[in-house]
Amino acid sequence: MAAISREEVAHLARLSRIEMTPDELDHLASEMQLILGAVARVQEVAAADIPPTSHALPMTNVFRPDVTKPSLSPEDALSGAPAREEDRFKVPQILGDAE
Amino acid sequence: MALNYDQAVEKYEPTLGLEVHVELNTNSKMFCSCSTVFGAEPNTQTCPICLGMPGALPVVNAKAIESSILIGLALNCSIAPYSRFARKNYFYPDMPKNFQTSQYDEPICVDGYLDVEIETDEGPKTFRVDIERVHMEEDTGKSLHVGGATGRIHGAEYSLLDYNRAGIPLVEIVTRIVPGTGKYAPAVARAYVTELRDILRSLGVSDVKMEQGSLRCDANVSLAPIGSGKLGTRSETKNVNSLRSVERAVAGEIVRQANRLEAGERIVQETRHFLEESGETRPGRSKETAEDYRYFPEPDLVPVAPDAAWIEELRATLPEKPSTRRKRLQEAWGVSDNEMSSMVNAELLDTVEATIALGADPARARGWWLGEISRLANEKEVHPTELINAAQVAEVIALISSGELTDKLARGVVEGVIAGEGSPRDVIEKRGLKVVSDDGALMTAIEAAIAAQPDTAERVRGGNIPAAGALIGAVMKSTGGQADAAKVRELLLKHLGQG
Amino acid sequence: MSMIHKTATEMAQALADKSITAVELTQQHLDRIAAVDGDIHAFLHVDSEGALAQASESDKHRAAGTARSALEGIPLALKDVLTQKGVPTTCGSKMLEGWRPPYDSTVVTKLKNAGVVILGKTNMDEFAMGSSTENSAYGPTHNPWALDRIPGGSGGGSAAALAAFEAPLAIGTDTGGSIRQPAAVTGTVGVKPTYGGVSRYGLVAFSSSLDQAGPCARTVLDTALLHEAIAGYDERDSTSINAPVPQVVAAAKRQDVKGMKIGVIKELMGDGFQKGVLDSFKQSLDLLQEQGAEIVEVSCPSFDYGIAAYYLIAPSEASSNLARFDSMRYGIRVGDDGKRGAEEVMSATREVGFGKEVKRRIILGTYALSSGYYDAYYGSAQKVRTLIKRDFEAAFGVADVLVSPSTPTTAFKIGERANDPLAMYLADITTIPVNMAGIGGMSLPSGLSADDGLPVGFQIMSPAMQDDRMYRVGGTLEAALNDKLGKPVWAQAPELAVK
Repeated sequence: MAAISREEVAHLARLSRIEMTPDELDHLASEMQLILGAVARVQEVAAADIPPTSHALPMTNVFRPDVTKPSLSPEDALSGAPAREEDRFKVPQILGDAE
Repeated sequence: MALNYDQAVEKYEPTLGLEVHVELNTNSKMFCSCSTVFGAEPNTQTCPICLGMPGALPVVNAKAIESSILIGLALNCSIAPYSRFARKNYFYPDMPKNFQTSQYDEPICVDGYLDVEIETDEGPKTFRVDIERVHMEEDTGKSLHVGGATGRIHGAEYSLLDYNRAGIPLVEIVTRIVPGTGKYAPAVARAYVTELRDILRSLGVSDVKMEQGSLRCDANVSLAPIGSGKLGTRSETKNVNSLRSVERAVAGEIVRQANRLEAGERIVQETRHFLEESGETRPGRSKETAEDYRYFPEPDLVPVAPDAAWIEELRATLPEKPSTRRKRLQEAWGVSDNEMSSMVNAELLDTVEATIALGADPARARGWWLGEISRLANEKEVHPTELINAAQVAEVIALISSGELTDKLARGVVEGVIAGEGSPRDVIEKRGLKVVSDDGALMTAIEAAIAAQPDTAERVRGGNIPAAGALIGAVMKSTGGQADAAKVRELLLKHLGQG
Repeated sequence: MSMIHKTATEMAQALADKSITAVELTQQHLDRIAAVDGDIHAFLHVDSEGALAQASESDKHRAAGTARSALEGIPLALKDVLTQKGVPTTCGSKMLEGWRPPYDSTVVTKLKNAGVVILGKTNMDEFAMGSSTENSAYGPTHNPWALDRIPGGSGGGSAAALAAFEAPLAIGTDTGGSIRQPAAVTGTVGVKPTYGGVSRYGLVAFSSSLDQAGPCARTVLDTALLHEAIAGYDERDSTSINAPVPQVVAAAKRQDVKGMKIGVIKELMGDGFQKGVLDSFKQSLDLLQEQGAEIVEVSCPSFDYGIAAYYLIAPSEASSNLARFDSMRYGIRVGDDGKRGAEEVMSATREVGFGKEVKRRIILGTYALSSGYYDAYYGSAQKVRTLIKRDFEAAFGVADVLVSPSTPTTAFKIGERANDPLAMYLADITTIPVNMAGIGGMSLPSGLSADDGLPVGFQIMSPAMQDDRMYRVGGTLEAALNDKLGKPVWAQAPELAVK
């Protein structure tokens, strides 16, 4: 059974952008251990020759024609925005670089 | 003592890798029906889907698939019989879903190549750039950083987001590593991006304007000591916004890395930004750990399985390769490699071809575009086609060929068209630039010239033909240069008994 | 005369007979909600104004002779995970407190077009993650059969609303049993259609490859009528089935299972199943046999791995689907004091906006998708999915429908499993395989458990795109049961103290 450390959970929390308290991290580490222990059994039957299923019903080539349709008004687009400046979403300063 | 470029490539072998992003020119976005028109007011081209609202679902744009396949075919790729979208998960405010719908291990096109030709010391040489993959993805929104010292990202107080661009279709073209370019690495890189751009333009799938961001290039460079047989650590340089920058960025990285290696320092695998002003690169903001994108197949989209018949249909629509076309035109026009290069480098090949297609004499067409018009364009620091168009130039050339304009008069006409005075005929009218070829008017001027220089006239009557030059010159002067010189000469000589 | 204890079919007849108006019918339900929902807490938002306006519209249509469907004017409760324009949609989470979507989900559009009156939004486990509705950020819903017991989850609000006669129709969503398990523990009917049968456009995603919206009501026929109203191809959902809606209403009315083979799944009735549940299940099997069906036993060994695979796939997809909740474009924002950057504000918001179970699953899902762990966890789970599909295919080769108890126990007490996630997850052992394979599943009441007098659910599963089969068997069983018991299970719910 994979031992999952508090550091690993902290790393996962960072990857998911959730600022957890030290208590939460500890609790989660032990819960993860339990749950992973229970779900790891999928490996018992996951033989190499079994293809994975990502879609329940096999379908391919679902497209739409390259035609424009009316967009939302900026009012509607911004209706839920926690903060805005004129017609743009206002967000706290972005410190990193774009990909 | 710092190494310069030549010294760097004497000791080190560069390896190149290029990633190019192309913004497709579809009418609607990749996964929704919002318009993609450039320059609209902020957040006027968004919807629940491209804003990543709860409950929204993507639907693939058929034209984007078509364009991607065309690109793959033009690059000699195999089209995957079965390809899938995948989610690339990471957080950034310009990405509404905080994942990008892209492709991972099942891209739409694989294993292609592009041959590029460059000038070397030993003459023209062809390099084959192998293409690993072509895949589809979506663009992000645009952020404006407000406050802070320079308005650039560091030190900003807050940011403003416009999602009009979010969801516009992007195609990413990734090369395999390109070894063996030696000191020509920068030139090969530039030639590759140039040729790629020309192909994309000929396919009509994108505006491919690097300055506007519809063609973006990331250059990967690594160095290894010559003969070591190893590969060095690579850096990735982004923000390369022009063909010239591609060349400079690669050269700059070679110099930087060589000097580090000389100093015994190791190369950090990192993303760097190209700085236009200095031609150098600076490191991007370092990340604590490499990003884990946690790719998995996109459950909201089904696989793309283009059938062989459709692929062949598309293949049949492929236009002539730019390099093939260039060879064909060169042969048809009978021009030298140098002349050909001049036109290509000045980005005037299409225009010259169009001018000739409208009936203009080929040599004159080339001469005017590469000569007078380019000269004027350079003065104004714009591209020649921004001053005047092929139809107008063809019209002027036709008037020269028919004798209604002399070269000198034509220069005045071109000037007038550029100044916005109207069409060539309008300018001729307004400025009164028409060639005077009416015999009567010419004879009047000729007789006046003879009367003013009787001795010269005598000499011509006596068989001294070259002496006629002074009289012709006088006629030209008196007609303000608008007389048809050849006609003047003909009439003059005849009048003096020598025609 | 109060009609709230009637079936939707009976209400529709009364509306057609003009013995009641839609406005009166809606008002009766609003009054009922006001009277009992203080104890039940099925609703998060009651849209009295909107509902009465819709009812008034309905009456106008009826008067003009343009009734839009068989459900014209019938009130309905909508699980708060589907967007309804301008109406608060919280998904049971603090993260979306106060959010009013700018667009309708396709399900809502279809309901409005059918003239159905949407009374309000019902309570649910946060972002559909749970089996008891105890994970709602707004407090649990109480089972009308015993107020100290859970109504099931994640769609406990919709099921409780039906059982408490607050609405005759409801919409739920089912990812691992969230329609069927609540139906089972509240003595009502709930159906998860074949995946792709009902559009997911506007359904806030939990696990995209498993989620499906479905009809809920007190009778099989009412459920069928609602099924036909909401199902159908939607071009805005790429996973939508492009085929006619199965004729489920006709199937529900058929009342005949002669000659049908009913497969009992060996692996879904073993350890951990409450005696009263198993006994009730066997009694229903006997009834079906009496009606002329043949009972056969089938084995689906991969189902033993269903829960494990589900609790890898669903959290993985959820970790990606919930990444969009970052406080930038909608939802709450926490910690923005002008000094903290975007990443910090995102992280602070998600810490406070998400509840424990959601955070647990995001971490689990992020882990399962991480590089290095993908193959062992997510990748392996996808293979189990293939095995489950194969087992179903084999089983449907010998049986027309498959059956099992809907859930191993009757309603457990509120708080009983709240601190034991693994015990909580076991509630879905019988329902999960259906979602994994994408086939259809129904739960209808099979009686009351002898050991505690609480409702027991009987699950019927039909092959993909053959949803009519489960309605045929369900309708027959329901009629036989009503004959045997004298009155329907739902009519035996205890009287609620009316305020």
